[in-house]
Amino acid sequence: MKFVHLIATGVTGLLLVFGTVDMPEFGDPASPASRHVSPRYIEESLAETEVPNMVTAVLADYRSYDTLGETTVIFTAALACLLILRGKRKED
Amino acid sequence: MLEEQQSVIVKTVARLLVPFIQLFGLYVIIHGHASPGGGFQGGVILGSSFILLSIAYGIDEVKRRLPLAALTVFTSLGVFLYAGIGMICVLWGANVLDYGVLPFEQPRSMGMLGIEIGVGITVMAVIVSIFHDLITFE
Repeated sequence: MKFVHLIATGVTGLLLVFGTVDMPEFGDPASPASRHVSPRYIEESLAETEVPNMVTAVLADYRSYDTLGETTVIFTAALACLLILRGKRKED
Repeated sequence: MLEEQQSVIVKTVARLLVPFIQLFGLYVIIHGHASPGGGFQGGVILGSSFILLSIAYGIDEVKRRLPLAALTVFTSLGVFLYAGIGMICVLWGANVLDYGVLPFEQPRSMGMLGIEIGVGITVMAVIVSIFHDLITFE
């Protein structure tokens, strides 16, 4: 039974490695991911947002709504911890 | 374990380090839109300074300086600030979080600074709040 697991894991791993063979090089400027909105961010973000930090310009301006959601997620995590852990528990 | 009295070395080092850690955290938040950093990172640095204080002096010392009620208010204040800036943009006639209409010198830069401060407040309060809840459980 152990061998079945081993073979299944090995075959899945080989398939995953095979799937990455024809992916573009890391940092390739001609890859599809680098041709869509990245040039716009690199060339225009300073003029459009008046902020020299490109990462913050994307995080806090172009995708500000997403960051609002992230902050709400963290807020919800604190709220959940507060409700579960803080205060006395009612005895069953 | 945190109830135990720490040695004088730990206490002195923590007392000396905490102001500088907090100053650096504030710098990371305030300078987040011009250099590497931002609300999340600066908030974590600020929160870790309070965790260091509670390891050295006990959680009651931190609760005396930063009451739990204030912590809970801070947790929601940051999100409120963020969403509030978004709604102010709506009041000035633009889309949500479209800072271009704010009445400042560099409106987009100032809007980003505002939301970074909001994120920083929330993350700081959340880190300290979760830490407190975990070590005082039962």
